[in-house]
Amino acid sequence: MDAKETYASLEKLFPGKVRDFKGDVFEPYCFVEKEAIVEICRFLRTAQSFRFEVLSDLTALDWPKEEKIQMVYHLFSYAHNHQIVLKVDLPRDNPKIATVEEQWKVANWFEREVYDLFGVIFEGHTDLRRIMLPDDWVGFPLRKDYVEQEEYDGISTQRAPLVEKLLR
Amino acid sequence: MKPLINTLPETVFTTKVDDLLNWGRASSQWYMLFGLACCAIELMQTGGPRSDLDRFGAVPRATPRQSDLMIVAGTLTYKMAKRTKLLYDQMPDPKYVISMGSCSNCGGLFQLAYSVCKGVDKIVPVDVYVPGCPPRPEALTEGLLRIQDKMMRERWLVKAPEAEGAEA
Repeated sequence: MDAKETYASLEKLFPGKVRDFKGDVFEPYCFVEKEAIVEICRFLRTAQSFRFEVLSDLTALDWPKEEKIQMVYHLFSYAHNHQIVLKVDLPRDNPKIATVEEQWKVANWFEREVYDLFGVIFEGHTDLRRIMLPDDWVGFPLRKDYVEQEEYDGISTQRAPLVEKLLR
Repeated sequence: MKPLINTLPETVFTTKVDDLLNWGRASSQWYMLFGLACCAIELMQTGGPRSDLDRFGAVPRATPRQSDLMIVAGTLTYKMAKRTKLLYDQMPDPKYVISMGSCSNCGGLFQLAYSVCKGVDKIVPVDVYVPGCPPRPEALTEGLLRIQDKMMRERWLVKAPEAEGAEA
């Protein structure tokens, strides 16, 4: 089943909760309403005709101009060899979304990573801590408006740049 | 009174005690097994049969307590910087540091990244900087020889004026 048919089935079963399918890209995607993400993921994971057993990737994008943070879920099925990408738009000032840890265990670490770097809060997550940066880190570095601190833990973060033109 | 020249048996030679001590130290620099990133591969090559640091008496030790030399090989992140400082503090005096490669010299390619420490000299004193990305085994061997030169100039028993601070 290709992504277009997957989207058609989703549209039929969850009317108004999926939108904007885009099929002429390398990895076809569609948008999902924030409230429906767990429900749709549970369906795609368990339904025999879909069986998306694998969450290959879970990441996020920051769009400061549009005031949103976009969650991206890459789903893949070994049984049927098909895939689809789900995207969810979150408000940038208060990004919160339900966890999909129940469907895929691996989401635990993925979501910790997104929390670590983007500051998205995953409601219902069992262990929402920073995963790669130290616990006392200030800010979320992959946000576009992140400003580096003057020093971290007594170590200066400043150094004269070697090549001026590389400076942003 | 007979002159001292050629009066001693062949197996005895005269030297300064300082030189003897330094010769012993310089010819048995034990470096710590400590690789952070890709430079560690070159560090292994340097210890391998082609370049063979062993011929200068430098052998890897698995603990900082038995090491004289720390070769910081690779990208130093802030999270690792604290551990590196701890390892340096655990080494017995006198101790030496080689900063190997662009990343540990100044942050290198990753200087503008949020998580990379901009040079290992921000946390520990460095004796020799080896440039390169990564440096070839010959370059690291040269760095080790520079450390040996430095050791040979040090004075321990007499309070020589040039040993005051200049070499430390």
